[in-house]
Amino acid sequence: MILQVKQLKKYFSTGKSFFGKSRGTVHAVDDISFEVAAGETLGIVGESGCGKTTAARLLMRLIEPDEGEVLLEGRRIGGAQGGMSLTEARRRMQMVFQDSYASLNPRLPIEASIAFGPMVHGVAEREALKRSRDLLARVGLEPSRFAARYSHELSGGQRQRVNIARALALQPRVVILDEAVSALDKSVEAQVLNLLLDLKTEFGLTYLFISHDLNVVRYMSDRVMVMYLGKIAEIGPVESIYRETGHPYTRALLSAMPTLDPDRRTTEPPLAGDPPNPIDPPPGCRFRARCAYAESVCERIDPADAVGHSGHLIACHMSIPRSGHTRQGLAQ
Amino acid sequence: MSAVVDAIQLAPAAAAHGYWRSVFSRLTRDKVALTFFSILVLIFVAAIFAPLIAPSDPYASSILNRLKPIGTPGHLLGTDELGRDMLTRLIYGGRLSLLMGLAPVVLAFAVGSFLGITAGFVGGRVNTAIMRTVDVFYAFPSVLLAVAISGALGAGIVNALVSLTIVFIPPIARVAESVTTQVRSLDFVEAARASGAGAPTIIRVHIIGNVLGPIFIYATSLISVCMILASGLSFLGLGTKPPQPEWGLMLNTLRTAIFQNPWVAALPGMMIFAVSICFNLLSDGVRQAMDVTR
Repeated sequence: MILQVKQLKKYFSTGKSFFGKSRGTVHAVDDISFEVAAGETLGIVGESGCGKTTAARLLMRLIEPDEGEVLLEGRRIGGAQGGMSLTEARRRMQMVFQDSYASLNPRLPIEASIAFGPMVHGVAEREALKRSRDLLARVGLEPSRFAARYSHELSGGQRQRVNIARALALQPRVVILDEAVSALDKSVEAQVLNLLLDLKTEFGLTYLFISHDLNVVRYMSDRVMVMYLGKIAEIGPVESIYRETGHPYTRALLSAMPTLDPDRRTTEPPLAGDPPNPIDPPPGCRFRARCAYAESVCERIDPADAVGHSGHLIACHMSIPRSGHTRQGLAQ
Repeated sequence: MSAVVDAIQLAPAAAAHGYWRSVFSRLTRDKVALTFFSILVLIFVAAIFAPLIAPSDPYASSILNRLKPIGTPGHLLGTDELGRDMLTRLIYGGRLSLLMGLAPVVLAFAVGSFLGITAGFVGGRVNTAIMRTVDVFYAFPSVLLAVAISGALGAGIVNALVSLTIVFIPPIARVAESVTTQVRSLDFVEAARASGAGAPTIIRVHIIGNVLGPIFIYATSLISVCMILASGLSFLGLGTKPPQPEWGLMLNTLRTAIFQNPWVAALPGMMIFAVSICFNLLSDGVRQAMDVTR
């Protein structure tokens, strides 16, 4: 396992009153654990506000977790003994952000933006610029034409290629793609996705692919993790998630996905309402307020991950043996 | 960790040079900015080489030649209330006026940017501590503050410079803080942190280039205000003292002659006006040249 996440938690307090009393706590990421094997792509899906991006930022330690730990290549990030230093972890794990424009310094030519990372890690300027140009060529931007340009002189797709090159400049093992293609046109998106797949095989990368687009996630991922309000609803191999969907939330998501196949028209009722307020959520299952199958057990007990077959975990009482839910085992 | 951070002392030097070079080349194509820049250079050169250029002695007074009009033979721009040559005194006056207008702003630019960028980048309690302290100075009208500090320190040019610097630190720090806070929240700063860079490196490579422009523009707009404040201090006897030539002081001493010889009396004011206009238009040009997205 190249990446292990154990009981990661991050609560944000929502604005403090003048005397420092917190008004409420947003459970942005609430006790999530998962593992990623070297060379695989883990897709992370969920509505906006479900904690996908917070989880990514926690992994990069751009924000400090309240609890839990992250192990990269078996070593704890930021740990005292035998741990991996933050600087080292940030070399091995990189991130591509959604907003391709905001994630490039408008005052630097793109080759300097890419060379910045390696130079932070002690690579000589000349060497870093050479690496930067090689990577530009690799992501499909002719260095002689593009290296000296500024970010505003590029299109969205080109900028995101630069951001990918920038992430790869540190020769990382793991790359977190936070909605990296969401802002692109469909045709450009497809090109960038294929580029990502090529780069993955070429450099032996492991991806965490965060997106709200279920089609794209299916195309890219080996395994998929579905998040709902800071918790994992379901995690498992991609085909298992899409074919033998266990969690009512995942089913609702999948049924909301447009399809061209008339035989697979949606039959499931769409999700009603907005996600509940993540401030001080009530006990029990987070999804019960919007779930058609909610029962009293869902109010009392937060469903722990139930082990299904072949590593498919479903956080729903309907999938947990002897949970007390009357539709026990009827989930499918 | 520190070894890693230290290793980047040489930064993307090539890139930084490229940026400033492109700013410079754009500036040289801006005719308005160039024109006013040349006028400024002219005034500066005249002030620096005043003893070589000025037609007579700035302190040589003559009771018989008081308040001669512009165009009097021997006194091209007339004479002041003590019969001293106006042209000479205007040239010499530039020395102190430009010093009093520029030095406090330059000093305040350095200190204020440092405070503001630190507050904006670090945020949290550091921000509160710095910005609330700055707000205390903000509470006083700038003239009153300058007079109070100068008065407390005692009269003299150096003390006037110090007091003006203190007056201009808060507004510059505030602009610096707000621009830095905006830039800090952009993804490229996050990306820089994600690549393992420490705060000093991020500030130097990613923050400075993006915030210095707006702060610089704001600071140049303060130069004219500063010259006027400095002349106010002189008028109150806290800055320059007669008979030293200084535009603000000259304006004040000539104000009694405004009905007898209005053109001569207005000359020092015109100099202050000309220098302010030049600085403002030049800073406009620099701002446009710094904007790479155009």
